[in-house]
Amino acid sequence: MTLAEKEQEIIDEFAIYDDWMDKYEYIIELGKDLPKISDDKKTDDRLIEGCQSRVWLALDIEDGKVKFSADSDAIITKGIIGLLIRVLNNETAKSVATAELNFIKEIGLHEHLSPTRSNGLASMVNKMKMSALKSL
Amino acid sequence: MIKDQIQLTFDVQKIRDDFPILRRSVYGKDLIYFDNGATSQKPQVVIDAINEYYTENNSNIHRGVHYLSQLATTQYEEARKIIQNYINALLSEEVIFTKGTSDAINLVAFSFGETLSAGDEIIISAMEHHSNIVPWQMMCERKGCILRVIPIDQEGDLIMSEFDSMLSSKTKLVAVTHISNSLGTINPVEEIIEKSHKFGAKVLLDGAQSIQHMHVDMQKLDCDFYAFSGHKVFGPTGVGVLYGKKEILDQMPPYQGGGDMIAKVTFEKTTYNELPHKFEAGTPNISGGICLGTAIQYLSKLDIQSIQSHEQELASYAEAKLNEFEGMRIIGTAKKKTSVVSFIVDGIHPFDLGTLLDKQGIAVRTGHHCTQPLMDFFEIPGTIRASFAFYNTKEEIDIFISAVERSLTMLR
Ligand SMILES: Cc1ncc(COP(=O)(O)O)c(C=O)c1O
Repeated sequence: MTLAEKEQEIIDEFAIYDDWMDKYEYIIELGKDLPKISDDKKTDDRLIEGCQSRVWLALDIEDGKVKFSADSDAIITKGIIGLLIRVLNNETAKSVATAELNFIKEIGLHEHLSPTRSNGLASMVNKMKMSALKSL
Repeated sequence: MIKDQIQLTFDVQKIRDDFPILRRSVYGKDLIYFDNGATSQKPQVVIDAINEYYTENNSNIHRGVHYLSQLATTQYEEARKIIQNYINALLSEEVIFTKGTSDAINLVAFSFGETLSAGDEIIISAMEHHSNIVPWQMMCERKGCILRVIPIDQEGDLIMSEFDSMLSSKTKLVAVTHISNSLGTINPVEEIIEKSHKFGAKVLLDGAQSIQHMHVDMQKLDCDFYAFSGHKVFGPTGVGVLYGKKEILDQMPPYQGGGDMIAKVTFEKTTYNELPHKFEAGTPNISGGICLGTAIQYLSKLDIQSIQSHEQELASYAEAKLNEFEGMRIIGTAKKKTSVVSFIVDGIHPFDLGTLLDKQGIAVRTGHHCTQPLMDFFEIPGTIRASFAFYNTKEEIDIFISAVERSLTMLR
């Protein structure tokens, strides 16, 4: 699946929810399902300190493809991380660095990525792109 | 009997009609605004006053001979008098307009700080807002002064015996919050002021969370400085007040230079204006000052006693209901509290609960509330804080409680 197709798939999944609480119910499920990252990877250099919640981000490159893993102390943040990882993993570093991630806006979650939200997600997306760039 | 009568005269529905924002909805739900600790909503009279100022009266103050300038100056100075009367300051020039509480504290930290020497001590408390921590740290660094911190206990009360042992002839200033924004604790400020004065130390009260909840009387309290923000007391943002005793303010050097604060300027030497203008450099927030006066006037027409009992009732009702949830922990259980309920739930991140409450139309604050050292003390990342104003209702609390219940079910 291309990056754009993955984004579209998520947009379609969210299209069935017109109630905010149902949408968040789904995000919470995604958060609960996100594979935990091992404690030895939760180091300070991987920590993105938000005012509201904290995020840990690790990056591996396998066969030229990006593999992110990430964790947060808040479930909703984790759920959104899950969506971002689903879209960005297995892409090349270059397409990660240039990804626009418009799907977040389409499904109405862009408030979480605004820098003022201070839940660490905006910084996380920046860091995802920067670390992908660095690996090039 | 008398209490019952007051209760009867307090008509919350009628008061709600004064606040147009309470009629709006968010995410298709009626707005429930429980974030009054962060900022209060504005009554229609204040909104109208802002509009009227810019529509009819806008002009610069203290400068022109023309009609509008005179009018705006008169209104601005009248607002100062309204505030003076409300807080019962002895003189109107003891009321200095600032940008807000933070600005007022920074003014004192800089200007009063200039009168201090290396080794002098400042005492603050463990429950201070960052606004009443950082300016003192900066000042201590600049002047070589020493910052001491009154610890608190698990309930969120100051440990007064520790305070007693900190006081000495080296103490020059005690800067404490009147009411904690995170815990709601009402501090024993009368006792603090009396004890500090015995050692010749001055006292600054951070009144950001007190003036909207209780009657504050500068002459009776006898504090040396008192700071508050307009936006938390039903007035506009960007304006606030520093009250200071005249004899102390007179001895302090100006904080910022500019227009309005001078008596005479030559390149050789500038002499400074009298109080309060000495501390009000540049064109101030004229509309802000005038409309803060309107807000204080609005507040002064309400019966503060019935406001207090209404707010207390809301807080105890909310605490009792919240305590029915498993894993609930109320942070801040001081003997004397205002209408702030800070809490966490075992295994639930405050951000998650706050986000779900938001989607149900309920505005609460989550996080560390600009009191990180306090959160470290309780070993928690933050809390969810519901802070009530007199326009909130029990019905709103019932909706809030069902929203908490629904959210917890989703998160667990
Ligand atoms: C106790 C306390 N002090 C100081 C402040 C700072 O007020 P402002 O941001 O209006 O300057 C606040 C506001 O959150 C507060 O609650």
